[in-house]
Amino acid sequence: MNLVYKALGHRLFWPLAMLVVLLAVNVIAVPGFLSITVNSEGHLFGSLIDIVRNGAPTLIIAVGMTLVIATRGIDLSVGSMCAIAGALACSIILASPTPNDVGTVTVAVLLSLALALVLGVWNGFLVAVLGIQPIIATLILMTAGRGIAMLITEGQILTVNSAPFKFIGSGFLAGIPVATIVAAVVLALVALLTRRTALGMLIESVGINPEASRQAGVRARGLLFTVYALSAVLAAVAGLILTSNQTAADSNNTGWLIELDAILAVVLGGTSLNGGRYSLTGTLVGALVIQTLITTVYTVGIPPIATMVFKAAVVVAVTLLQSSRVSSALARRRSRGRRAETVGSAAEAVAR
Amino acid sequence: MSAVSVPTSGVGRLWSRTVDVFTSPKSGPVLVTAVLFVVMFLAGGARYRGFLSATTILNLMVSYSYLIVLAVGMSFVIISGGIDLSVGSVLALSTIIAARLLQFGWNPIVVILLILVITSVLGLLVGLMVHVFEIQPFIATLAAMFLARGMCYIIAKESISITDPFFSWMAKTRIILGYRMSITPSVVIALVVLAIAVWVLQYTRFGRTTYAIGGGEQSGMLMGLPTSRTKVLVYVISGFCSGLAGVLYAFYTLSGYALTGVGTELDAIAAVVIGGTLLTGGYGFVLGSALGVLVLGLIQTMITFEGTLSSWWTKIFIGALLLVFIILQKVLTSRRA
Amino acid sequence: MPDSAATRAGTPGAGPDPVVEMTDISISFPGVKALDGVGFRMFPGEVHSLMGENGAGKSTLIKALTGVYGVDAGEIRLAGEKVRFHNPAQAQAAGISTVYQEVNLLGNLTVAENVMLGREPRRLGGIDWRAMRRRAAEILEGLHLDIDPGSLLNSHSLAVQQLVAIARAIDVQAKVLILDEPTSSLDVEEVAELFRVIRSLKERGVAILFVSHFLDQVYEISDRLTVLRNGQFVGEYLTEELLRIDLVQAMIGRELSTLEEIGTKVHSADRDTSQDATPVTFLAAKAVGRKGAIAPTDLTIGAGEVVGLAGLLGSGRTELARLVGGVDRTDTGQLTVNGSPLRLRTPRQAIKHRIVYSSENRRAEGIVDELSVRDNIVLALQADRGWFRPIPRKRQDELAASYIEALNIKTPHADALVKNLSGGNQQKVLLARWLAIAPRLLILDEPTRGIDVGAKAEIQKLVYSLAENGMSVLFISAELEEVLRLSHRIVVLRDRRKVADLPNDALRVDDLLAVIAEGASEPELETGAAS
Repeated sequence: MNLVYKALGHRLFWPLAMLVVLLAVNVIAVPGFLSITVNSEGHLFGSLIDIVRNGAPTLIIAVGMTLVIATRGIDLSVGSMCAIAGALACSIILASPTPNDVGTVTVAVLLSLALALVLGVWNGFLVAVLGIQPIIATLILMTAGRGIAMLITEGQILTVNSAPFKFIGSGFLAGIPVATIVAAVVLALVALLTRRTALGMLIESVGINPEASRQAGVRARGLLFTVYALSAVLAAVAGLILTSNQTAADSNNTGWLIELDAILAVVLGGTSLNGGRYSLTGTLVGALVIQTLITTVYTVGIPPIATMVFKAAVVVAVTLLQSSRVSSALARRRSRGRRAETVGSAAEAVAR
Repeated sequence: MSAVSVPTSGVGRLWSRTVDVFTSPKSGPVLVTAVLFVVMFLAGGARYRGFLSATTILNLMVSYSYLIVLAVGMSFVIISGGIDLSVGSVLALSTIIAARLLQFGWNPIVVILLILVITSVLGLLVGLMVHVFEIQPFIATLAAMFLARGMCYIIAKESISITDPFFSWMAKTRIILGYRMSITPSVVIALVVLAIAVWVLQYTRFGRTTYAIGGGEQSGMLMGLPTSRTKVLVYVISGFCSGLAGVLYAFYTLSGYALTGVGTELDAIAAVVIGGTLLTGGYGFVLGSALGVLVLGLIQTMITFEGTLSSWWTKIFIGALLLVFIILQKVLTSRRA
Repeated sequence: MPDSAATRAGTPGAGPDPVVEMTDISISFPGVKALDGVGFRMFPGEVHSLMGENGAGKSTLIKALTGVYGVDAGEIRLAGEKVRFHNPAQAQAAGISTVYQEVNLLGNLTVAENVMLGREPRRLGGIDWRAMRRRAAEILEGLHLDIDPGSLLNSHSLAVQQLVAIARAIDVQAKVLILDEPTSSLDVEEVAELFRVIRSLKERGVAILFVSHFLDQVYEISDRLTVLRNGQFVGEYLTEELLRIDLVQAMIGRELSTLEEIGTKVHSADRDTSQDATPVTFLAAKAVGRKGAIAPTDLTIGAGEVVGLAGLLGSGRTELARLVGGVDRTDTGQLTVNGSPLRLRTPRQAIKHRIVYSSENRRAEGIVDELSVRDNIVLALQADRGWFRPIPRKRQDELAASYIEALNIKTPHADALVKNLSGGNQQKVLLARWLAIAPRLLILDEPTRGIDVGAKAEIQKLVYSLAENGMSVLFISAELEEVLRLSHRIVVLRDRRKVADLPNDALRVDDLLAVIAEGASEPELETGAAS
């Protein structure tokens, strides 16, 4: 009984349950859904592989978004950041006499990331120094960002033919899609960065109780700069993957609405939009749920364009489950089950 | 007790009064917008032939009547301290419902009324999510945005053209105001909506309560104002306005298309902010939002007139203007705090 | 518990009947009895002050009267009629208006709207702005407030906003006007303005309930006082008949401590035998002050010395402590630490100098409730090192374990979330956080409030032994016995200024009460502070 309540109370219970249900639906619709095969080129192949490959950009952005949201912020500019990074990388590669040179592509990638870093610091400046609400501060780059991307591409859709660049988005390494590997590395690095240093704990502290953190000497300003810069750089990584996948930089469409998917992934993963405790594992689950949902729509044979309606349903369901009203109603119901537990621990306390 | 030293000379008093008005968070931003509009208009006139005329303004109104209506709805929401991301999708939904039902041969008036009911109900649902379940407006309207866009695709993937005589009449009719000066009925509708909105916000308890919610919901409630009802109603109004804007857009383009109005929510938000409404709520004028639409339109027109400047500069200019106004608002409000 | 039979001052003369009469009011919250059979009455045309320290039940009583809380037992009569309010709107409709400490008006609307909204004059189906402004101007004029009703409320000072709130309140034909700490952010002239308005309302026969922490103001404006303590009625008095010292005593009470005695009492006499007469000054504050919080004040704290700050709630004790701890910035004055001048702009800088302030507001400013006990303990230390130099997990565990043991923190394990601990244990976690950075000056603001007796005694012992080991402590508590027991020296504050600096030389609670009530009278102390 206790275990059941514990599982139900775990913040990953609902997203995981949703993931399992979605996978089950797919298996019922397509019996061979879970099978992974190796094709002639030695690449892994199958629906599950598609999910982890196509979901990679969203996951990468969502990882950065998780930290931003943990500080009680939000970053709306990530979609535009994708377009900017893609635009810059493609224009550099196109302008180069040696587009197929690994060195060229490396320079293009590094410069794109550097530009994103600058723009991320700009967001951080608006939020941390000028004290503008995050949603408003990042709205500026969300609006202007696509203009900047078009400025870089001069309004063209830049199609690049560069094998090393194409590798980022659609290549395979040891049979695994490169995009998936990048996402996994990003997730692991950020997890290490935040959990092996004190970054994660301080971010949570600021998100939970800013005033107590200030009095304890936590410097929120530096943390805010860090999370917005990181979010922008990760958005650029995702943008490069998307652009590479399409082999073209499309300032209007690259990363369009991806900020919303990323935010959704974070929220699905149990990180509250009110900031505080965050879970990168949860974000991973959230991103997988979103991508599986998209895949499910395909496999079940619903017109893919209806995906949006499902996303709407998911947003409503999850936010309702997380809303304080609903959770307090649930808690009231659950407390009957928990009473026994409380009595037990009280007795324990007395014994001590 | 308000210990402002009043200069004795008339000029000094006028100056200090002017400074007061321009630095008030209530009227400052909108006045800056007005000045900006005039300066841009004059600068355009000095630079381009045939720019400095009423025709330019009237053409703006013809092209952007739908955006004025959207911005009106958005103003209510933003003044109340919320935000509505769904307006672009709801606009698209509205055009596509119109096109599809007219294709079936429905009566155009019935179609329009039905659209307004549907979009208002959608707004009501959002309002209830925000108020009853305390879901952040950002998320609730995001859900509505997905829902409306998804429904668009379900109704029709392709663009459907509208051949209904009433819609065609609305598209083609010109109300002549003078030599080479004319407007469409849509402009009249937009202006009527604007006038009603001005009256509602300024002269009704509902309107003042909208400001009260943006200024401090708790205080408004303690003052006995109907904050709960109002908070839900602003989203209904925004939904209604989005629906109406969709109808006007259908008049303008004589088609319905699922991809219409992608990103229009950003234009509407930008128009409201540039029009002097505080994104944090509590301050703003709906007339300012209409002025904001005209400023956006003027930027677009000037870039067209310039010829050498490419269209993407529009986005960059709008972003830069947003930045300027957001910082201006920040400065004006923090000075008071 | 009320000492002596609850006093009750007689009806003034043949007098009118009370406009408000609350009898035997009891209200309980989970685990607390907030009001226990309290009686309270008000007569028309009087200013009645409600007095009491933290947890006395003042705000609960007000909320019962204004319909925010329902009562568990007892009855409320308004002008003789028995009433039962279910929400503030009903109370307001019945003629009970309230103006809260934080002005609950809308700064983004005009003054006229703030006065009139809800009963605005209408014309042609809409608000008649001209009539509204005119009507508002009349009401404001009645309060001698000469401001433009068309101006935005937040373009005016807090004092004016406070008066606008009163203007709104009295327009609804108020019989009773409740002013909850209306003067806490006003300066002297603004208070005078407010009092003028209160007196004119009094003449109109309005009964005014006045709550303030400023004794001078209470004595200046009120006709009658009711004192509550720990949710119980202590007495009702005519202001002119009640000596200040008796008032303070009624408020603070003189409960015999149930706590175990801490070894020896810490008297300066004891110290003299063990060390030199005066300790080396660790921190000196010269004329440190902040507008609206505390007047420029001198304060010195020696190494290994415990300095107590005594005074009523709102006397400025927290405000002074926050300035010394770098939590709020100073407007005036200079701090010196070990002889070198120091400017503190943030708590972070104070912590760098090993000066820490432990907030009285444990939940809002102290613990980070969703983090674990261990994270909370290492938070300040980690923040000081910066995020890229993490304290190794092993070291964190050792720190947590040692403090959990040393302070006897009752938690299942170091990973438990702090929000699941009891108040006393949360306080100990907070203390552990500060001790972990080895402070040279520890500022403890009400560290023992709202925690159980056992934890209280432990914290007192801890403070004692910390000082023995050379740490300086600035100790704030509403309980005078506690301050007396722990402090070598006691600084007394009243009405936001320092009134005495007393060596704890066989001081008794009565002595302190006298100083709190009347200011210092002995020659070596600050002169001219009181009668």
